[in-house]
Amino acid sequence: MDAGVVSGFSGMESWSRNRLVFWVLNLPGTVWLTAFFLVPLGIIWVLSFGEKTSIVDIAITWTLDNYARALQPIYLEIVWKSVWISAVATLVCLVVAYPVSFLISFAPGRWKALLLLAIILPFWINMLIRTYALIAVFRRRGFVNFGLEWLWEKANAALVLLGLGQYHLIGQDFEPLPLLYNNFAVIAGLVYVYMPFMVLPLYATVERLDKSYLEASLDLGASQTRTFFSVTVPMTMPGVVSGIILVFIPCLGTFLTPDLLGGTNAQMIGNVIERQFKSANDWPFGAALSFLLMYVTFGALALRALFAGRRQGMEV
Amino acid sequence: MSTETARPALTAPAPAGRRARGRDVAGPLDFHRRLWLRIVIAATFLFLYAPIVTLMAFSFNDSRRNIVWQGFTTDYYVRAWNNASLFEAFMNSMTIAVLSTIVSTIIGTLVALALWRFRFPGKAIYEGFMALPIVVPEICMGVAMMAFFARVDWPSGGGWPFNLSAVTIAHISFSFPFVAIVVRARLAGFNRELEEASKDLGASEWQTFRNVIVPFLKPGLVAGALLAFTLSLDDFVITFFTTGPEAVTFPVKVYSMVRFSVTPEVNAASTVLIVITVIATIFAVRLQAPDRQGAQ
Repeated sequence: MDAGVVSGFSGMESWSRNRLVFWVLNLPGTVWLTAFFLVPLGIIWVLSFGEKTSIVDIAITWTLDNYARALQPIYLEIVWKSVWISAVATLVCLVVAYPVSFLISFAPGRWKALLLLAIILPFWINMLIRTYALIAVFRRRGFVNFGLEWLWEKANAALVLLGLGQYHLIGQDFEPLPLLYNNFAVIAGLVYVYMPFMVLPLYATVERLDKSYLEASLDLGASQTRTFFSVTVPMTMPGVVSGIILVFIPCLGTFLTPDLLGGTNAQMIGNVIERQFKSANDWPFGAALSFLLMYVTFGALALRALFAGRRQGMEV
Repeated sequence: MSTETARPALTAPAPAGRRARGRDVAGPLDFHRRLWLRIVIAATFLFLYAPIVTLMAFSFNDSRRNIVWQGFTTDYYVRAWNNASLFEAFMNSMTIAVLSTIVSTIIGTLVALALWRFRFPGKAIYEGFMALPIVVPEICMGVAMMAFFARVDWPSGGGWPFNLSAVTIAHISFSFPFVAIVVRARLAGFNRELEEASKDLGASEWQTFRNVIVPFLKPGLVAGALLAFTLSLDDFVITFFTTGPEAVTFPVKVYSMVRFSVTPEVNAASTVLIVITVIATIFAVRLQAPDRQGAQ
């Protein structure tokens, strides 16, 4: 083969020049993903238009009942709950991750790499194990309550010392805080698990932010607060949007966190889907819910792409 | 994710504020010297690491109640090791991870090469298709796999390792797109003229691939393989839906144990898994660092 094979266009070869190599490289991935990803999704999609005829049989009748059922008040309530829990978790992530990524970006070189690794590392540790670790910290006889009890005893001893012991100003006995099996635990668990997803895109945009803009703003007499809201925030918006979407989407579809940390009423969409496929054995309805979740996900991703595209257009 | 952060900084750290105002000794842009920011980041790391560190520390605690430090012991590691079902789950996870890593690395590399080398109609669609398993919510992929294996009546029994085939297939499906991304990032730094030169000198497609492209790709291949390995070892949600009682993986086993009670054995087993993934991750991160392994 001569050099003429490589055409001018960014050095890429046209596939028709070397069909054999093209298909050898291309086919395994295409076949695998079609057989073991697209077909499974297709099955679920078809199932979502089916009806249960007996315990094991499902008839595909192209009914929309499963989707209509998802709009019933009981499920809408769960959807709404999933949305607000995810929204609160995302907001907490944003509020914490913003200063963190700011500090990492402004840290001196060696520290920067180290801090960044420290943020990424928990993200690689098994999510189940991290959630389990949180249980030990949050439960009734867990470390947080242990610490609080210790503080309470000290405070009580101090009060007794001051002669105020008989008034029981901070209660008769120490009451452990109910930190587990409620919405608080689910939100804390989501923040704990998905925090790196917020820090990374934020860090990437803060890192690219031309710091001389901040200097200029400060030099021209704007306060730190004003500089932050008029310069920093607008310029880091792409990272904020990316982070929000990267955290919000997996939160919305989560199943493990509410399952382990939430109480009986802390159910989210993921748990409902899981129940349809495991204990309730109503696959068509579960399939419809899965697809609704997927449509929302793709919608959010499209929004992000749209936003990123507009942003790029402005900068170029 | 890491590709975004690996990008080198476009701006050097701004010079420390030229006009230090009275109290603001640190300079207006020296954010890393601000106390409140330091407190925020310290609290964040405490929140991120305290639970994991306590979990690991208390795997050595000589008490079943897991709350107060009673003394050092490695007893629970021995017990976890001797817990037949836990050990079997661990070996299942390892087997699945190794099989999935081999296949994912091969398929992912081929996809990356196809995308790097060729122009073809529908390339953008193909790229989107290859990224699909990354963006689809885990639970949707999990239930889809469950329905698929039930529909095609996939044999769930069979001796080892055939009982693990369904889970392995599912793991390959979500792992190889990640490998493709990592390998493609490495290929972006490849000088195409080397390939041309090799062919000009009479090497065949295969010889060029074997002697020019693979040696260059090696760090990317290792990084991609380690990524596939940790992804497989860590996955709970998709495995949970795909697996049956005859092929329990480590995370699924831990899940069923956690639902009953919190025991130090789970801590010990988790610690082993954490150590394995952390080592693999640090290796992968080091290999991916563009500065250290620049194009030879």
